[in-house]
Amino acid sequence: MSGRVAMVHGSGGKATGELIDQIFASEFQDQTLDEMEDSALVAGCGRLALTTDSFVVTPVKFRGGDIGRLAVCGTVNDLLMRGAVPKYLTCGWILEEGTEIDLVREMAHSMAETAREAGIRIVAGDTKVIDGSIAEKSAGDAAGRYAGGILINTAGVGFVPEGVSISARNAQTGDAILVSGTMGDHHAAILSERMSIRTDIESDNAPLTEIVSALVQSGLHIHTLRDITRGGLATVLKELAETSGRTFEIEQEKIPVTAKVQDFCSLLGLDPLYMGNEGKLVCILPAEEAEEALRLIRSCRYGAGAVKVGEVTGDEPGILVMKTEIGGKRLLDVLQGEGLPRIC
Amino acid sequence: MDIACFSRCGEKRQKRKIWGIMDKRNTELLRAITDYLKNYDGPELRIMEVCGSHTGAIAKYGIPQLLSDRIHLISGPGCPVCVAPSAYIDRMIELSLQPDVIVTTFGDLLRVPGSRESLSEAKGRGAKARMVYSPFDTIDLAKKDPAHTYVFAALGFETTAPVYALMARQVLEDGIPNVKLLTAIKTMPAVIRALMDSGAPVNAFLAPGHVSVVTGSRIWEPLAEQYEIPFAVAGFQGIEILEALYGIARWTNGRSGGRVMNFYPSVVSRAGNEEAQTQIREVFEPVSAVWRGIGEIEGSGLALRGPYAALDAGSRGLSRDVRKNKACRCGEVLCGKIPPTACPLHGKVCTPLTPQGACMVSPEGSCRTWFEGGRKR
Amino acid sequence: MCVAAEGTVLSVEGRDAVVDFHGNEVTAKCGLVQVKPGDHVLVHAGCILQVLSQREQNEMTDLSAIFAEVGAY
Repeated sequence: MSGRVAMVHGSGGKATGELIDQIFASEFQDQTLDEMEDSALVAGCGRLALTTDSFVVTPVKFRGGDIGRLAVCGTVNDLLMRGAVPKYLTCGWILEEGTEIDLVREMAHSMAETAREAGIRIVAGDTKVIDGSIAEKSAGDAAGRYAGGILINTAGVGFVPEGVSISARNAQTGDAILVSGTMGDHHAAILSERMSIRTDIESDNAPLTEIVSALVQSGLHIHTLRDITRGGLATVLKELAETSGRTFEIEQEKIPVTAKVQDFCSLLGLDPLYMGNEGKLVCILPAEEAEEALRLIRSCRYGAGAVKVGEVTGDEPGILVMKTEIGGKRLLDVLQGEGLPRIC
Repeated sequence: MDIACFSRCGEKRQKRKIWGIMDKRNTELLRAITDYLKNYDGPELRIMEVCGSHTGAIAKYGIPQLLSDRIHLISGPGCPVCVAPSAYIDRMIELSLQPDVIVTTFGDLLRVPGSRESLSEAKGRGAKARMVYSPFDTIDLAKKDPAHTYVFAALGFETTAPVYALMARQVLEDGIPNVKLLTAIKTMPAVIRALMDSGAPVNAFLAPGHVSVVTGSRIWEPLAEQYEIPFAVAGFQGIEILEALYGIARWTNGRSGGRVMNFYPSVVSRAGNEEAQTQIREVFEPVSAVWRGIGEIEGSGLALRGPYAALDAGSRGLSRDVRKNKACRCGEVLCGKIPPTACPLHGKVCTPLTPQGACMVSPEGSCRTWFEGGRKR
Repeated sequence: MCVAAEGTVLSVEGRDAVVDFHGNEVTAKCGLVQVKPGDHVLVHAGCILQVLSQREQNEMTDLSAIFAEVGAY
């Protein structure tokens, strides 16, 4: 891998995968890191779950959330996806010179509030300030906005209860594939801030603590949990199909998308299957337990729209196929490129 | 049954607009059409779509495997991003590197490689580019920032040409000094004629729906007559494309000759949008244009004319077209002479992340849609 | 190649119309076709290209005619 870092390396799709594989995974070389799960399970006091994440969203405040809330949700959700109970959070704040103190306070407040909601303690932190040259040099993002003055890196620690084994590897033939709500809301909310389309689509950024603890405590045999973030549902499911070595079949008509997000995507030539969320998950478990799991998820604050979207059907490894509304079949790959709007 | 869109939460499903008839009949219609197309055993059909959105929709709905082996779908030069010659991309990058210029574009143009690099890559060395939803956003940006000249990268076909015409008029009428256009606007009939004359193995066309909104379906009539082949104007939902394919198959099975069929009557009329056609004629004039991978075609482009020529940021004469990789066979793919999988680079050195030719860049490029969908035929 | 979406005109002022797409609002130019609030329109690149035919019944008739002619339906 050579050349320069480009925006596509942050897309969550294939280019991001290559950057991680060929640079970070190869330099850091750690057996646990190499498992590439949402969080790391390490030996220690019982089983610890560890994860780290960085947040560079522009603008830092958007409809339905902000970078403080997003940083907690992103980190906590990664811990939860291994069945861990979130315990501790660290955060490193990188601030551009000139950023308003009031804005920093507001973001810190939002972070603290979300941490309380998610049931995690912020136990360590760090702050650095950089000069404003990023903004001057980069000429802004596509819409001419800059990084927004605040960047955040976090680490999360959680404890995995005895007997819990939830992993991207565990999906079995015959399992049901569930999602906890509508697709694409976060990505659409962020994108609308940058384009001249007025909408009240809100980011779905939310901690999934309540949903996951309900599932884990229910005694259901949860095989896999994964939060649906960058790259959208198609990217997440394709990666899970590859990791578990199974075939995943989903049905287009069952994939929940609000009319508002669907039309927003139509305007920009985007596909909701590749639009990210920040408060939705995929749950894979035995088909006979699907109804009970859906009932549990729907009873939670952020899970009202949970539905079954497909099943794990065969043993041909790494295939994700979608039955389309007219009966065709479409093979789906991970997100290629950045998912840029196209018009003409 | 709403077979035209994703399942929608929290809202009653919309009735399909075209048919507006009861659910049961719709499902029956779909079944009748797919049965016929799957079991079709008439003359071999090679149907070319010349609209990138059709190429995308055909992949998105999984249409090829709903068809008989005797029906082949071939992607033509229907993606404006894919057919822009490298000189155009190079010129756009050159402008974006000038200190007082900011280039505005639709999203996917950022990643198209010129002879050396793409605009997205050039951003790493100071190129200034912004993504917009509407060309008119460029005017708003320019009004707020008089220190920079905003150059809009105006690519497209007949559908987008009248939008650019309105934009150019507004810029002149409002006397906005710092907006220019770098145009690469192309027209469909000339390229279809060139393809047919070059012996493209095609015996029917899925005519582009949104181009036809502007031009009217009558624009295909001389072509249908001259080449004695059917043209079916189609919408962009799966069922709408199937309807048009069905029309072509029924027409071909048992008779020959030219025929224009309109399967998108909710927005396409025979005459089209005549005001839009007038706007195009007033602001643009036909010019010779270079199509990436195909070559120069007389009268297949539009350039700013008369007083509007003052807004041109150097669009004329951008004919150089350098292939990044000599083994790239985009030209033959665009003409329907080979399927993408017949190119030796396909899926090997040429992937969406390392595109060697334009057809792998755009989400509507034929190589890209074949690669992502694992399509074999 | 030409992404366009169907929406409903909310208001018209001068050369601009506000068009609604299930809660997403776009200011679109209306210089290519006469529109009034309530019209269903096709919007491409921030510009209204066409008003959708009002009567679905007519469209169905049109399509039926075509199917009849090609020996189907």
